[in-house]
Amino acid sequence: MWNIISALVENKPGVLFRVSNMFRSRNFNIESLSVGPTEQSDLSRITVTIDTEEHVIEQIVKQLRKLIDIVDVTQLTIDNTVYRELALLKLKVDDSDSRMEIINLTNIFRGKVVDNSKGSIMIELTGKPDKIDAFWSLVEHYGVIQLARTGVSALPRGAIYE
Amino acid sequence: MVELSGSKALMHTLEKEGVDIVFGMPGGANLPMYDELIQTNIRHILVRHEQSAAHMADGYGRIKRKPGVCFATSGPGATNLVTGICNAHMDSSPMVAITGQVPTSMIGKDAFQECDIMGMCTSITKYCFQPRSAVEIPEMVKKGFYIAQSGRPGPVLIDIPKDVQQEIAEIKFPEIIKVRGYSPHIDPNIEQVGKAVELLLNAERPMIMAGGGVHISGAFHELQALAEFLMIPVVTTFKGKGAFPENHPLALGPIGMHGHVEANKLIVDADVLLAIGARFSDRSVGKFDEFGQRMKIIHIDVDPAEIGKNKSVDAPVVGDVKASLRVLLKMITKRIAKKEDKSTWIKHINEVRDDVYSNFKDHPREMTARKSLKKLRELLPPESIVTTEVGQCQMWTSLFFDILQPGTFFSSTGLGTMGFGFPASIGAKAAKPEVHVVDIAGDGSFNMTENSLAVSVNDNLPVIVFLMNNYSLGMVAQWQRFFYDRRYIGVDLKGGPDFVKIAEAYGAQGIRAQSIDELDKAIKVGLKSDIATVIDILIDPEEDVFPFVVPGTGLKDMITAA
Repeated sequence: MWNIISALVENKPGVLFRVSNMFRSRNFNIESLSVGPTEQSDLSRITVTIDTEEHVIEQIVKQLRKLIDIVDVTQLTIDNTVYRELALLKLKVDDSDSRMEIINLTNIFRGKVVDNSKGSIMIELTGKPDKIDAFWSLVEHYGVIQLARTGVSALPRGAIYE
Repeated sequence: MVELSGSKALMHTLEKEGVDIVFGMPGGANLPMYDELIQTNIRHILVRHEQSAAHMADGYGRIKRKPGVCFATSGPGATNLVTGICNAHMDSSPMVAITGQVPTSMIGKDAFQECDIMGMCTSITKYCFQPRSAVEIPEMVKKGFYIAQSGRPGPVLIDIPKDVQQEIAEIKFPEIIKVRGYSPHIDPNIEQVGKAVELLLNAERPMIMAGGGVHISGAFHELQALAEFLMIPVVTTFKGKGAFPENHPLALGPIGMHGHVEANKLIVDADVLLAIGARFSDRSVGKFDEFGQRMKIIHIDVDPAEIGKNKSVDAPVVGDVKASLRVLLKMITKRIAKKEDKSTWIKHINEVRDDVYSNFKDHPREMTARKSLKKLRELLPPESIVTTEVGQCQMWTSLFFDILQPGTFFSSTGLGTMGFGFPASIGAKAAKPEVHVVDIAGDGSFNMTENSLAVSVNDNLPVIVFLMNNYSLGMVAQWQRFFYDRRYIGVDLKGGPDFVKIAEAYGAQGIRAQSIDELDKAIKVGLKSDIATVIDILIDPEEDVFPFVVPGTGLKDMITAA
């Protein structure tokens, strides 16, 4: 079962280590993890995606709550959550035809061309992880030189604060 | 606000927290704090190895039920604490370990005696701090004590760089602290307790499994009141040993890999199990999936993460054990009158127990582990504190040494640290000097931290080491006998020291006991002595521990004889 866990944590050194170390030491597998500042300067948000059984997710949430630097943990309901990931893909282009094909595909996926260089093109794409996967699989045959993904950022819908 | 050094601020905070004793060893990076320790009324116990400092603080903390404090310098001093910190973590023992660190300007430069002890200890502490300026010290230390002793207790590490210890600053001492990401559950949810009450009142064959949480919470009275009111037999986990008087008619003793036969046999017959402050460890319940398949389980624990971790349960109660049992008992006494001991379940319990006892055959030899321990029990006052080393000596204690007064027993049950018992017994003696303290030891374990004899003698903390000596790593030898077709390797300790002479070399007394008569005399001498006594008891190296639940099997599959 694929899940997103959102944690508000103290914004101070060593917190990310404590969180990732808990996953490692208890044998839980992280699929993606992103960290960034929040509306409160002394708090950061860590968003983790995991793909595992329900009872394991429950245990992960409890173990996260136990960490003293974690102020709040929510297991997000996918249906009621906006979640996005940003990807940068650098593709090999040998001729103008393939460059045009890639630009067309990028437009269909509402991506952006952010760098055009001799022999390569870089695409910026935002969306759910499966959209990025889909684009990737369509352009893979051109030759992916480099790929960088941010991991998922997510917030629940509506005015209620978590 | 006053101008103080970081070290002085540390000592003030320790005194405000009521610290009266520190176990430790100085070195380059913690000299400033030691220099300030002179000015305080805090007693310093100089250890001969930092591992023992952590174990002493652990033993002290378990008896006082407040954090034991240990000091070590940076680098090797800090890494030597690691085993002791991990031991405290596994057994939820309150501890504050304070290490010196190289100066902040040197951190990350691979300086002499630098070690990333924060990184190393993150997964074996409840929390760790590293103040980067002297002004942070009082608040961090106060938070450290609060975290170490509240909720599910555990060790906290405070790693203080040398320049921060020396820095002079305007220092404030907060009266109130708040840790926003930490709020232990104390009072149970009434609805949850209600579910537990229904299950208990409808049970035909109820059983209580008391764990270490009963010790930590000091809920001995509540446990006994509940068991007696509902006439529920009580098994314990090994960490829960002594949470319930083991000579009580409802006591069945510890379950588990080397639990009592009657406890292992009867727990699988229960229809409702009330697990109190226990974490369903593999050593207690055997194979997770097989345990408790046909019973409803109620689980009381202060740590929500323990609910469902190893075993899914029918009625979870998150809260302090003592507070939860009080609510539970109140709700039950309102509903029904005290039960009589006439149920078929109690009859069945008594039959099974009588059957186990009447069929028990001890080894015909005059000196066996069981006979030695029975002699110790006969002579030792019930209020005495007993701890153990790890291995056969520990499991024989579990089987053959009854704890009569709740809260007088502890052992390294989670980490299984050889060498724990002796320094921990010294820590316990420091916490409660008015009672006798006995470390039931094996030669392999005692060998690991025997240099604490120097501490026991010099700091006037006399304990009795009840050394069951089979000149081998007996438990490992037993496994090699069982699972490796008697192919012995690395278990023969025949070259080991003469423990009588070892004791004497440290200024303690050593007595060899080769018969029950000699043992009787030796124990009596030890109980009267004002220096540490090592009683060297010769045990047959082939003596096994039974019963034995082979790892990966269920409790009902226990082996009771070779």
